[in-house]
Parts: sequence; structure tokens; C-alpha cells
Amino acid sequence: MGKIVAVTGNEAVAEALRQINPDVCAAYPITPATDLMQRFSGFISNGKVDTEMVLVESEHSAMSACIGAAAAGGRVATATSSQGLALMWEMLYIAAGDRLPIVMPLVNRALSAPLNIHGDHSDGMGARDTGWIQIYSENAQEAYDNTIQAFRIAEHLDIRLPAMVCMDGFIVSHSIERVEYIDDDKVKKFVGKFKTVNPLLDLDRPKSFGPLILTDLYHEYKRAQHEVMTKVAGVALDVAADFEKMTGRKYELFEKYRMNDAEIAIVVMSSAAGTTKDIIDEYRKKGVKVGLIKPRLFRPFPFKEMANALKKVKAVAVMDRADSFGGYGPLYYEICGAVMTLEKKPLMINKIFGLGGRDYLPDQAEYVIDELIKIAKSGKVKTVKEYIGVKE
Amino acid sequence: MTTKPLRLRELAKGEDRLTHGHRMCAGCGAPIIVKQVLMATDYPIIAANATGCLEVSTCISNFTAWKIPWMHSAFENAAATISGIEAMYKSLVKQGRIEDKQVKFIAFGGDGGTYDIGFQSLSGAMERGQDMMYICYDNGAYMNTGIQRSSATPFGADTTTCPAGDVIPGKLQNRKDLTRIMAAHGIPYVAQASPSHWMDLMKKVQKAFEIRGPKFMNVISPCNRGWRSRTDDAIKLSRLAVDTCYWPLYEVENGVTRITVKPKEKKPLVDFLKPQGRFKHMFTPENEWMLKQAQEYVDKQWDLLQKEAVFSGGEEKVEDKPEAAPAEEKTEVQ
Repeated sequence: MGKIVAVTGNEAVAEALRQINPDVCAAYPITPATDLMQRFSGFISNGKVDTEMVLVESEHSAMSACIGAAAAGGRVATATSSQGLALMWEMLYIAAGDRLPIVMPLVNRALSAPLNIHGDHSDGMGARDTGWIQIYSENAQEAYDNTIQAFRIAEHLDIRLPAMVCMDGFIVSHSIERVEYIDDDKVKKFVGKFKTVNPLLDLDRPKSFGPLILTDLYHEYKRAQHEVMTKVAGVALDVAADFEKMTGRKYELFEKYRMNDAEIAIVVMSSAAGTTKDIIDEYRKKGVKVGLIKPRLFRPFPFKEMANALKKVKAVAVMDRADSFGGYGPLYYEICGAVMTLEKKPLMINKIFGLGGRDYLPDQAEYVIDELIKIAKSGKVKTVKEYIGVKE
Repeated sequence: MTTKPLRLRELAKGEDRLTHGHRMCAGCGAPIIVKQVLMATDYPIIAANATGCLEVSTCISNFTAWKIPWMHSAFENAAATISGIEAMYKSLVKQGRIEDKQVKFIAFGGDGGTYDIGFQSLSGAMERGQDMMYICYDNGAYMNTGIQRSSATPFGADTTTCPAGDVIPGKLQNRKDLTRIMAAHGIPYVAQASPSHWMDLMKKVQKAFEIRGPKFMNVISPCNRGWRSRTDDAIKLSRLAVDTCYWPLYEVENGVTRITVKPKEKKPLVDFLKPQGRFKHMFTPENEWMLKQAQEYVDKQWDLLQKEAVFSGGEEKVEDKPEAAPAEEKTEVQ
């Protein structure tokens, strides 16, 4: 067993980065991810890592420098939040389109306006279509474990895609929790040496990166990107199996909690899953057959597996910590997409909660479960989309 | 590495590191500049390229004109992209994972990608002290998207977003003096060059490559589509830009400004403006004030530059031998 420590989410992920020792980091500070890169910079200043740090003047340049560094041929990491990710938006597509395995912890935070520094998933959901792998974490332990696994998934020779490892801003990034660290040599062995593919630094075989491709081949490029995404889940499961062998900690594409005989279910990501599980336990004591699904791999989304997990459920509440204004929450669409293939579809509702760091409290989970009980009984949905935890 | 002698006969034998067959317009200044830059040195070079004419015309689908490692990622970030490439090189050399082959890093960008949208990323890279050279080919407008004004567009020019009309006669602002702004960053080497003065340009490239740290070079790049000039006038026009002191050739090395080519006789600015359709409307009687104002601005800037050269301890007097080429090369047409 590794060392057991009491650390924040940011501290745990910074520790993972120290153990992985990326060749280049380019970063720009933003709350609440600032602390993560600050700690990592400390490792550089104290000679704990070989990383070359590029302290750029914006997140756009951070991702641009990461793209240059990754194309040059080496292991690359950065971290960001919210507006920082929004400023990177253009470059996120390019990192994925160029098939560069950059790993980026994303400390989830709300987007302006109004300005808000607290946790929600608006930033990550805004990057849903960029071609990045997205992994969401419930707590500091998961953020640490997922960061280590993300390098293996992103750099896998069948994949070579960038990956975001998400954790809730402040709720996880700044809370001190119990975390079990893995020994340095084990992490290094697990992640392995970086394998270069067509490195720009190969002077003997000069490459051109980033061509102009119009109607002749662009469509084919994008299909290739789609196809590689279909391989990610398999690789993620293989990596998780290796990880379990090393640590005893089991990871899947999503977590199923008391789902075996569940008649109603809540689908919720990240830290809110913890609170929800406690309330589910309370209801289980009362004989209510309620379960929870916590998506971990959000991109690519495991539609087939998700449909399978929900096929016996009568009613599902999908809880989104982000909104698509004028539409439903982004996670809701994914679950709808998954259950579409089922002959007998569950009744579905969508709750928007916790925006801008609004506390997600036990009574909100109770409210949702009570509604699910009613829906399962009546077979009727009154309101599909609703904001909960709102001050009226 | 010893500095390569700049003799045309030998240079002509060298391999083109930007091959023919690219799709830049006939008579464009940019590929001439790139070739001169790459020809000036035998160091291995890795380049980043901002989105723009040079980029879209040199690497399309499965074809590339670049024989050096080359990367394009977006419009506003050539300096940041090359920073990342340089950082990876430094990291791998430091870790002993690759051999140090004295690679030189260049970012190429047009004036749009350099003066405007890429200015922040350029400024950041210069301040960080990245070991790189940024080369701007300045054709004075967003030519790739169809001749829209940029902050490098000269006063009076007719562009598609500041068209010379009955009420507004073209661009009413002076151009941003980016070369001086880059010099104000206090970086070790900044220069202004012109493809008409190839020897001067290549010497500057050679000098820059021997200096560690950030370097910036601004090169005038005639665009016959946007300037509405003859297809074969790129060299003539860039020479006129120098001779009229519209585009003085100078360098700022560690804070010392030196004018590298001083015209024997400063030609009137109209000599540069007249052959270009973009300034045609300035030659009407009602717009005479524009010619006067444009000339006054050039005079003021030239005067300032000369004073700065003296003040900073740079050479004041420079012989007007635009091509200080060895005697045997005198027959070459410049």
C-alpha cells in the first residue's frame, strides 16, 4: 500500500504530475486550478522533475505551446479552469485534430457572466465536442488515480488523443481528503516511457504538421477521429484493469451504485454523487429501490453500456451541473441518446443543480428521489427540466 | 558553426528548403523572403507558421513545400507554438534523450498574425526569452482573406474594409511601428529588412542565429494583389520602400540602433506610392493633403530613427552600398 495522506484535490493531482514527470508543461494561472500548477512549479524549482515549464501569457498560448511541445515529441501536461478553458477553445480542437496526447486536469468552474469562481460543469461541457477524452472524478482520490490513468489512455498507440481529467472546483480541488498515493516507481512503471509518433524534432525525416485540407479529405480526417474515439473505452478499461492490479482500486466507464435491483435511478457526475449515495442509502433503508450511476468517461460516451445499465429502470433523473440554455442539460441528452436504443425506455427527467458552486444539499437529493417515486408509480412526467436548489 | 559566406554562386547551389511548386501567387514577396532566410544558414531549422497566405499555400492536403520540420496550428499563436517546440527540444536535450544539434527555431507570420491577432503571443514569447526568431512578412493588410486593413496598413491605403470612398478616403491612421515596439521589449536583436536588399537581410539572419534568446525581424513583403501593382515589381517596390525611407533598413542589437542601409539620396514617398493602385485616390487634387501628410509622417519617423541611432551609440553614417557584395558578384541584378 502507498502512503496515506490528507491533501486537497489540487495537491493530489500535482503529486501525480510530479510522479509522471512530463517533459513540458505550459500553463497560465486561473482559479481554482492555479494552486495545482503553483505546486507543480515548486517541484520544478526544487529539481524534483525534469519538466521544462513555459509560463505563457494566456491560456490560448498555454494550449498552443502544449500543442507545439506535443508535436515536437514528448509528454505534455497543463491544467486550467473555466474562462481559461474557454480561451483555449480554438486550440482544443487543434490538439485533438492533430492527435496530440496532452493531458489536462480541468478543475471545473462556472463560466461568466456573472463572474463566478466556483464549481460547476459549464466549462467541461462546453468542450464536449472538441475531440478530447473527458474523465470526471468524484473526489481527490479519483482525480489522482484518473490523472495517472489518463496518460496511459491518451498516449496509447491506438489512441493518441488529448485527455481532460475533471474535478469539481473548490469542492474537490480545495478540500482536504484522505488520499492514498502510489509509490513513485510504481507510477513511473505504470505510465511507462513516452513513445514518440512522427516527432517534429526528427530532423532526418522532416514532417509538416497542420496542413490546409479542404473538401477533398477533411471529411475523412474527421471520420478517422470518430473511429479512434470508438476505441477509447476499451483502452480505458484495459488501463483500469492494470490499475486495479496495482492498487486494488476498481474503475469502470461509469460507477453503478446499488443499481442491481433499482427501479428508479439518478445519473449524476463528480462530487455530487457522494452526497447522493448517502441519501440513496437512507431511502434503501426505507425499502425504496433507488440506485445511482456516476459517469466517469464522458467523452467518448459509453452509450451501449449505459443503456444496458438503465434497461430495467422505470424512471431516471439526470442531474446536470451545467445547462444548455434553451435545451436540456448536456448529460441529459447523453442519457436520452443511450436509452433510445432500448425497447422499453425509462421515463426521464432533468434537474439542473449546483450552478456557480451552489451547494448541493441532501434535501435536493431527497426531492429528486421523491419525484422519481411518484413518476414510477404514476407513469407520468409533469416537468422534464427543472432547476433545483433555487432561491425563490 | 562558422557563418556561411554569402556568395550568390555558392548560395545558388544550395538546396531549397522551401521547394518550388507551392501555391503562393506569382510575384509574391513572402516565399522570396522565406528562401532568403533559409538560405542564409546551414543550421537545422524548425519553423512554426501562423495561419495566412504563406501557410495555406505551402502545405495543402498531402503536399508540403517544406523540407524542414514545420508546424501550423492557428492564426494568433505562431510564437507560442514555436515556444512549445523549443521547450520540448530543450527538455529532451537536457535529459539526454536527444542530441543537441544547435537547432534554430523560427516563427513565420504575416502582419495580421503578428501585429494584430498574434501580438500578445509574440510579446509573451519575447518577454520569456525563448530562444527563437520571429519573422514577420509584412504586406500591409490581411491579404489571405482578401485585402482587409491591418494595423500594418499604411496611411491612405485603399483596402476592402477601409475602401477609399467619397467620404472616407482609405485608411486614416498611420501604421503601427511594430519593429520599434519589439525593440522596446529589450530583446537582444531586432531588425527591419527588405527582400530587395538580400545581402543585408541574410546578414541579419546570420547575426540573429548567433545570438541566444528572442529575436524579431520585420520584412517588407510586396503583395501585387493587395498593392495593385505589377506582378513582377516585388523587388522594385521593396527597394523603393527602402529608398524613400518608408521602410528603413536597421537593426537594434542590445539596445544599440544602427541603420544598415542609408539611401544616398532619399527619394520622395510618391515614388513608392505611385506604382500601387491602393494609393491611386491620393493622387487626385482633393486628396493632395494625404500625400503631404504621408510624406510628413515618413520624414518624422526617419528623422527619429536617425536621432535614435546617434543617441544609442549606433553608427550614424552608413555608406549607401546596398549590396556590400564581394566584387565578383557585381554583375548580379538586384
